[in-house]
Amino acid sequence: MAAPIDWVALAIFLFFFILVTVMGFLAARWKAAPVSEHLDEWGLGGRQFGTWITWFLVGGDFYTAYTVIAVPALVYAVGAYGFFALPYTIIVYPFVFAVMPMLWKVAHANGHVTAADVVHGTYNSRGLELAVAMTGMIATMPYIALQLIGMGVVIKAMGIAGELPIIAAFIILALYTYSSGLRAPALIAFVKDIMIYIVVLVAVVVVPAKLGGYGAVFAAANDAFTAKGGATGLLLQPSQMLAYATLALGSALAAFMYPHTLTGIFASKSADTIRKNAILLPAYTLLLGLIALLGYMAHAANIKVTSNNDVVPVLFQVLFPSWFAGFAFAAIAIGALVPAAVMSIGAANLFTRNVWKSYIDPGISHAGEAAVAKIASLVVKLGALAFILFLPTQYALDLQLLGGLWILQTFPALVFGLFTRWFRAEGLLLGWAAGILWGSWTAWGNGLKPLASINLGGVNYVFYVGLGALILNIAVAAVATVIAARISPDGRRSVTASS
Amino acid sequence: MWMLLLAPFIGLLWVPFYNFEEPALFGFPFFYWYQLAWVPITSVLIWLVYRKRIPDQTP
Repeated sequence: MAAPIDWVALAIFLFFFILVTVMGFLAARWKAAPVSEHLDEWGLGGRQFGTWITWFLVGGDFYTAYTVIAVPALVYAVGAYGFFALPYTIIVYPFVFAVMPMLWKVAHANGHVTAADVVHGTYNSRGLELAVAMTGMIATMPYIALQLIGMGVVIKAMGIAGELPIIAAFIILALYTYSSGLRAPALIAFVKDIMIYIVVLVAVVVVPAKLGGYGAVFAAANDAFTAKGGATGLLLQPSQMLAYATLALGSALAAFMYPHTLTGIFASKSADTIRKNAILLPAYTLLLGLIALLGYMAHAANIKVTSNNDVVPVLFQVLFPSWFAGFAFAAIAIGALVPAAVMSIGAANLFTRNVWKSYIDPGISHAGEAAVAKIASLVVKLGALAFILFLPTQYALDLQLLGGLWILQTFPALVFGLFTRWFRAEGLLLGWAAGILWGSWTAWGNGLKPLASINLGGVNYVFYVGLGALILNIAVAAVATVIAARISPDGRRSVTASS
Repeated sequence: MWMLLLAPFIGLLWVPFYNFEEPALFGFPFFYWYQLAWVPITSVLIWLVYRKRIPDQTP
């Protein structure tokens, strides 16, 4: 897009970007504690975040910038099917309410920092710990890369070509994450979330008013889908319904297995903080539902784009004055910084606790852990940057999709232990491997589509691969546990070790 | 009380419940406002369960 540089938008954008950069560096002094002396300080912000900070932080890193770009893009392209993000981000909260406070208690009582810490504490198995840690790190990398893509889309929309701005933004991000740890994204999340709320609330009131009301917006989208044909439309086609439901359920179960969301959980002050957030966080889901509708508004505004990801930026440029477009773009770009920072911190915590401490330096001090994690967060971010600069964008999208499938396979190891000690580590490890292999194989065979199909009695059912893989995972884990119990009935039962 | 937490799963995962255009509300087809309505309903359900649960032993 060879658009001229929009100076007004750019000035507004830079103002907010510089504001959050200053905040990011100052964050080290916020709720002051020596950030570099303990991983709990750098990697979990001191485990002291109350209800509101947690609300902004988890809201800020769960509903990412890429979501703001990609969900409307999918809705623009295919219609109802793209809305699965809505049921997904609703049903996730009863799950969070029921399970995450239990997980927090285990982590808090034993000083665990990561999911893999919890798994090792529960099953005392280095193999299972490493499996969970590797899955978390590998699933997170492409997710960070996606945030860069989201930032790149809005920078390009302001008429700035080239990759230099993204590189600069990311280096700044890497530096203040390095010095302030989790406090930086927690503080910036306040700015980011308030900006996004303003942008979306203005958009959902002003845009339909300009386009003739919501009835006209839906009608225009319907006309576009009728003209387009295929698996699109305002409603789901019968063959899409199972896919829609399984994508929602599978994504909801996977959402809080990711290192970045778990970091938000472990950083909270109490189990009650998490419960209150399960009640309050759905406010963001309402926002997400409205953001998704931007895809239909683009049809009503007759916007045609070559790349679907440009739908939201173009919509704002066409319908709003430059200064508000600049504000919206700043909100999206800052919206990329928060999750990217938390993701790199979550991945760095995993590397430090479950690779470095477990295999290289078991006697590492608290300050040593913080030092390793800080370096690891830089490496993770540079890796994501290299990914975007040197590989086709599609790789990041495909890998992120596989990442969701992979992270879901850590669910049994992490969650089942909270309720029952019946499963054995060997079984869970085997189940994890089976789920990952079958899921990746199937997704690969379908041209990296997240859907698989099964033919029962002549009827073809299409469903989310990740959920199918999870069912296989649990079945294998159960069978292997039964067999292991037969072989060594009183063998080393799972023990609770504190680290 | 904890059974209340299952309601959103049933209401949202059984898609044939709501894959319709009518009745529309404020221009939103049923499919859209039905799912959006589940957001506040879910919050309230979780809040009800939260109120009735036994508090943590220690803070």
